Amino acid sequence: MSTYLLQIFNGVSVSSILMLAALGLAITFGLMKIINMAHGELIMIGAYVTYVIQNIFIQYFDKSIFSLYYIIALPGAFVVAALVGYLLEISIIKRLYGRPLDSLLATWGVSLILQQLARSIFGAPNVDVKSPAWLEGGLVLGGTQLPYKRLFIIGLVIACIAGVYIFLYRTAYGRKIRAVMQNRSMAQSLGINTRKVDSITFAMGAGLAGIAGGALTLLGSIGPTLGTNYIVDTFMVVVLGGVGRIVGTVTGSAAIGIGNTTFEFFTNASLGKVLVFLMVIIFLQWKPQGFFTINSRALDE
Amino acid sequence: MKQIGNLNKAGKNNITIIIIMFLLCIAPVFLSDFRTNLLGKFVAFAILALGIDLIWGYTGILSLGHGVYFGIGAYCMAMYLKLEADGGKLPDFMSWSGRESLPWFWKPFEIAPVAVLMALVLPTLIALIIGYLTFKNRIKGVYFSILTQALSIIFVVLFVGQQEFTGGTNGITNFKTIFHFSLASGSTKLWLYYISVVFLLLAFFFCKFIINRRVGKVLIAIRDGENRARFSGYNPTIYKVFVYCISAALAGLAGAVYVPQVGIISPAEMGIVPSIEMVIWVAIGGRGSLNGAIIGAILVNLMKSGVSEKFPAVWSYFIGIAFVVVVIFMPSGLVGAFNKLKSKLKSIKINKSANPAEDKILME
Repeated sequence: MSTYLLQIFNGVSVSSILMLAALGLAITFGLMKIINMAHGELIMIGAYVTYVIQNIFIQYFDKSIFSLYYIIALPGAFVVAALVGYLLEISIIKRLYGRPLDSLLATWGVSLILQQLARSIFGAPNVDVKSPAWLEGGLVLGGTQLPYKRLFIIGLVIACIAGVYIFLYRTAYGRKIRAVMQNRSMAQSLGINTRKVDSITFAMGAGLAGIAGGALTLLGSIGPTLGTNYIVDTFMVVVLGGVGRIVGTVTGSAAIGIGNTTFEFFTNASLGKVLVFLMVIIFLQWKPQGFFTINSRALDE
Repeated sequence: MKQIGNLNKAGKNNITIIIIMFLLCIAPVFLSDFRTNLLGKFVAFAILALGIDLIWGYTGILSLGHGVYFGIGAYCMAMYLKLEADGGKLPDFMSWSGRESLPWFWKPFEIAPVAVLMALVLPTLIALIIGYLTFKNRIKGVYFSILTQALSIIFVVLFVGQQEFTGGTNGITNFKTIFHFSLASGSTKLWLYYISVVFLLLAFFFCKFIINRRVGKVLIAIRDGENRARFSGYNPTIYKVFVYCISAALAGLAGAVYVPQVGIISPAEMGIVPSIEMVIWVAIGGRGSLNGAIIGAILVNLMKSGVSEKFPAVWSYFIGIAFVVVVIFMPSGLVGAFNKLKSKLKSIKINKSANPAEDKILME
């Protein structure tokens, strides 16, 4: 039983990373109807930023403060990924509004370019990021050891979600975002600069993916195709959870993450994934729009 | 029989396909055995591109899981080829995984016609189930694309995981004969090449037949305004499931044509990356145009083998940029850009419009 609990715990920590990645995706999709296939590469960028900052610390700073690099790396990952996201939005994404399928293809092209760039800069083999010393070890709880790393990731994700929630629901800017999401033309005619809202929101989603990448470095080595491994699961979260509501993303990623671990525990890795996919299809028979949606009277939503 | 999907009139479409077919037929005269074989592989891809064009270009449904149907068709054929190569013995990868006897679902594939039939029927059946369950609930647009993408991951994971039945990551390979003709001989290869060209032609006319009928017009209506089609009394679900099945069957056929020429099928050919690459062939060639699909599939793959042989890194950049540029600036692909150019030339009354048409195709 304790192995199963540990599995579930691992499942929760994986799904919390999915949550972080899916959050940005769900918001940009809800807001702009843009499917960003390069989202996985933003995760990768976040991971490589962490790697670079680690190397800077190794090279230029004293060993005693090495462990602090991670505290700088996470905001760094957010800022760099957000910047890349912003540039992506103002150069490419803005030409694709109203063409969701095309946005999917064009951003896939972007993801190929970013992957190859990473390969050219950092080389094709995976690189390792050394976790800071203060995250080694774990919390012993009733015979099972819960690694601090995974606990930290869960805490980080909770903090990020709280931050996004406050931003979306408690600030003036968040209100603008929600207004645009619900009715773009109405928001426009009330004087909201929707172009600006779009790019800032997109950058925010990208930044969240960057943080997800930074968190992923704690769990294993990173490589140019890091994002590809997560992108489909992330999209499944969006499909399952519904678009435009934080609670949907949280529920969706919890369901996918825990579902994956549970099925894998009772069958095996390959059958587990198949079963989760079947569950999603069956679930969509019942609720085609996902767990939570923003109510709309429009026919073509 | 009027204008369908693009500016081309039916008659001009025929000229283009005749030129393409002519070029494909005489190509082996000028190419080495190796290159002909390669071109045969691209012809198989062109069959698949027709299917994708039917569902994406004409019906507006973007499937990112066509690698699965391609793969299943290919595996059906590969199972038969493997059984023939091993002459009644257990396939090698099965004995490596410790199996003693042939699994029951491998048995029918000893018979060639059954294998070929299954390469068409199995993809159709899977598409029928997946298509019905999604389209019935009006899951559409990007949601459908994401689900099909997940489908392709699922199948890759499944095929890699079930090593004793599928050969795992390595897939199925080491074939010797097809219908008791040696696969190594040049004449068999040439035959296989021409058989693929014939299948491409058949697939082309089949697709043309569909889009010129009323069903084709309903498909285009669904693409342009699904709710209007629904309110006009058509049930889009049935039409969408139908076109999804047809397109899956074409992908299966492509897989079956592909395997004997390439000699290997592995889960890597059915993953996300190949599946989305298939879509880009159609996007570059020109969605909503059957010629465009064929041209795109062959042209992109020719360039891929040309460029990536020498500079693999450049190819990634190139295809990435091509994705972005084509989607943003040339939504109807090469054929669309060409048609635009042609109508521009026509409008300033230069009567050269027919000649550049042939030049361009010849160049390609």
